Amino acid sequence: MPQLEFHTFVPQLVWLVIVFGYLYVMMSRVALPRIATVLEERRDRIADDLDQAEQFKRQTDEAIEAYEKALAEARAKAHEIAQETRDRLHEETERQRLAIEARLAEKIAEAEKQIATTKEAALANVRTVAVDVADAIVAQLLGEADRSATERAVDTELK
Amino acid sequence: MSVENAEHGGGGFAIDPMHQFEIKTYFPLQLGSIDASFTNSSLFMVIAAALLTILMLAGMSRRAMVPGRLQSIVELSYEFIANMLRDNVGTAGLRFFPFVFTLFMFILALNLLGMIPYSFTVTSHIIVTFALAFFIFIGVTILGFAVHGFGFFKFFVPHGVPAYLLPLVVPIEVVSYLTRPISLSVRLFANMMAGHTVLKVFAGFVIALGAFGYLPGLLPLAFMVALTGLEVLVAALQAYVFAILTCIYLNDALHMH
Repeated sequence: MPQLEFHTFVPQLVWLVIVFGYLYVMMSRVALPRIATVLEERRDRIADDLDQAEQFKRQTDEAIEAYEKALAEARAKAHEIAQETRDRLHEETERQRLAIEARLAEKIAEAEKQIATTKEAALANVRTVAVDVADAIVAQLLGEADRSATERAVDTELK
Repeated sequence: MSVENAEHGGGGFAIDPMHQFEIKTYFPLQLGSIDASFTNSSLFMVIAAALLTILMLAGMSRRAMVPGRLQSIVELSYEFIANMLRDNVGTAGLRFFPFVFTLFMFILALNLLGMIPYSFTVTSHIIVTFALAFFIFIGVTILGFAVHGFGFFKFFVPHGVPAYLLPLVVPIEVVSYLTRPISLSVRLFANMMAGHTVLKVFAGFVIALGAFGYLPGLLPLAFMVALTGLEVLVAALQAYVFAILTCIYLNDALHMH
């Protein structure tokens, strides 16, 4: 069994120490610190990127919030303006309506007064016409007529 | 695993499945009184170290924010071991991250390199796995005493055990603690050796039965294909087991259960 040939032990041990020692120094001094640096940098970079993403998200949220606030404000303002306009229009309409009504009432009163005047004039004319007619009839029937007597008789009848 | 010695026994059928584990010296080298010869084992350790160096440096050369394929491999292995340490030891264990990472990558590279035909499996030698396990054992024990002082001996006295059982339980705990380096090293070594031996035995069957025609030879070949898949899994799994047991031992030393 070659594994138990003792004269081969020393050279194997010597080279094991040399090679393992070299590898240990190479790994611990050169290779592993490099890997550690790269892994560290990558972890930092990922953390940074995540932070940045978080920040961007926060900014986006803020912008959305601001936009929604502005929208709500604009909506409220528009509502207010509409209400105001409606109120103003309503008031104006009311005022014009009242003015027109007043004017109409005035016109009605004037017209009524005119009608009364006209009616009075007509009634006055009726007397004259009645006196004339009665006078003519009396003159026709009796040949002659007493104007003043007729007037009295008409007045009596008209009373 | 190597298939080059099909005619090893001379007759063509007699295959020595252990031949693949032989240590061949390429350059004899003597450092003082120490034999530091460059062998096939040394060669594959150096190849593993070179491949790992290339993987780590090429993988991280661009240091891209979005990793490419090679960088992903490097980063995934990094996070895999880091998570293993965090889950099993906690943040206190991250001090030992470079060691556990090197250990895992080294064993994984050696195991997987061993799956290439004609290559050599360094981890199929008990001395290599035992040296790693023993180093971990000593290190973890020193760490335990450094953190807890003599209180670390309480590790061998489990909570909630009746006093009259302690004479029985404490020796069991001590023995199980002391056998850790053996179980840790034998698990890796035996898995690698057994897997490669079985592959070699089946490779021998392909030659032996192939002599009777294509069909009898294809059957063990199909088996070999399936076993090779299994062995790749074992190669990765044993590296993982070695690393996670190291984590568990570290946790024991730092937090005493």
